Amino acid sequence: MPEVKTQEFWRWPETNWVNPDIDWKKGKLITAGVDVGSVSTQAVIMVDGELYAYGNTRTGSDSPNSARKGMGFTLEKTDMKIENIDYCIGTGYGRVNVPMAQQSITEISCHARGANFMYGPEVRTVMDMGGQDCKAILVDEKGKVLNFMMNDKCAAGTGRGMEVFADLIRVPIWEIGPRSFQIQKEPPMISSTCVVFAKSEVVGLLESGISANDIMAAYCSAMAHRIMELLNRLGVKEKFAITGGIAKNEGVVKRLEKELGIKTADLVWYKKEYADRGYPFDTQLAGGIGAALFGQVLLKMGKTKSARKT
Amino acid sequence: MIANYGFKDGSGDWYVTIDTGKCNGCGKCPKVCPAKILEVGPDEIDIFREESVAFVKHEERNKVRYSCAPCRPGYGEEPTPCARVCEPKAFSFSDGWIRLYGHK
Repeated sequence: MPEVKTQEFWRWPETNWVNPDIDWKKGKLITAGVDVGSVSTQAVIMVDGELYAYGNTRTGSDSPNSARKGMGFTLEKTDMKIENIDYCIGTGYGRVNVPMAQQSITEISCHARGANFMYGPEVRTVMDMGGQDCKAILVDEKGKVLNFMMNDKCAAGTGRGMEVFADLIRVPIWEIGPRSFQIQKEPPMISSTCVVFAKSEVVGLLESGISANDIMAAYCSAMAHRIMELLNRLGVKEKFAITGGIAKNEGVVKRLEKELGIKTADLVWYKKEYADRGYPFDTQLAGGIGAALFGQVLLKMGKTKSARKT
Repeated sequence: MIANYGFKDGSGDWYVTIDTGKCNGCGKCPKVCPAKILEVGPDEIDIFREESVAFVKHEERNKVRYSCAPCRPGYGEEPTPCARVCEPKAFSFSDGWIRLYGHK
């Protein structure tokens, strides 16, 4: 029997990074944010409010181990130890189950704060496209939440929906965005909002001989439309930033921009020196960055004490 | 802060909205809520807020459509019990209930 080659098309690559310009031993306050989401887990370490290291991994079957894995992956390339961290805050879906965290903060606050740091203080609307939920948040210039709305009842328009779709259509998930534009003309969107029904609709389209690229375009526009419906209730104000994994899918983002008539914030660091030095910009980090920044503020305000051991 | 608790699905928008800028944390609403979905406690979104605030319990947020329906938000003549006891008028509701059940 010939060997069957299996590939999991939804598997996005895990990444970690350490800032080469910072010596953590000279830093005064080292804080961490661990964002345990339903699909991905990020650990972010900040030294005196500057991004020092991060790791972006897939969430496993339980939150404590996913948090440990994320933190271990982040610390892999440095000589920093978990004991050197002053304060760690857990956020995301699994925030109450982060073993190394001293406190947990809801991901709505953390994403607002993180987007303010990543995209800049002009951001007024943050859309977090998570693995199994989406959140629309209006923020002020300090990253404080003014209005929020969350939808985690339905998987339509979520990252996991896109992963399921990638596996079904047998295209690596990072290729869906670019390939959804390699089409003759924009196809009608997938009409089912539910992921399960959308899946059967896609199978039907594949069987009827419609090209994969067209189906990707149809799925991306359906997702963009779903996101827009949620945003419409809140009202979108510029600057508009998208965080989370779906922000990396240009097929969805560009179609959303077209439907809303508003440009989304560019995926570059607001801090000029970060952009100039070419620090990697990962939209999934917003929650972790926000949590780590809250740690800095809480310590400086004296609302909490350092838990550093060595 | 305008906090929207609830969800949106194919049948409409189902949100209980609490204006935390108006809410004074008096604690009257959880006592009158027949479905017991409300709670008053520390503000989990604005962690720097000192006073307590009313919010919808975590486990109830995806059920508000059904738990709030008996109080007829928006389409009955009477205001809902929570809105009636709220002196600063912090409560409002999305139009899902009116649209689906509101016409005579």
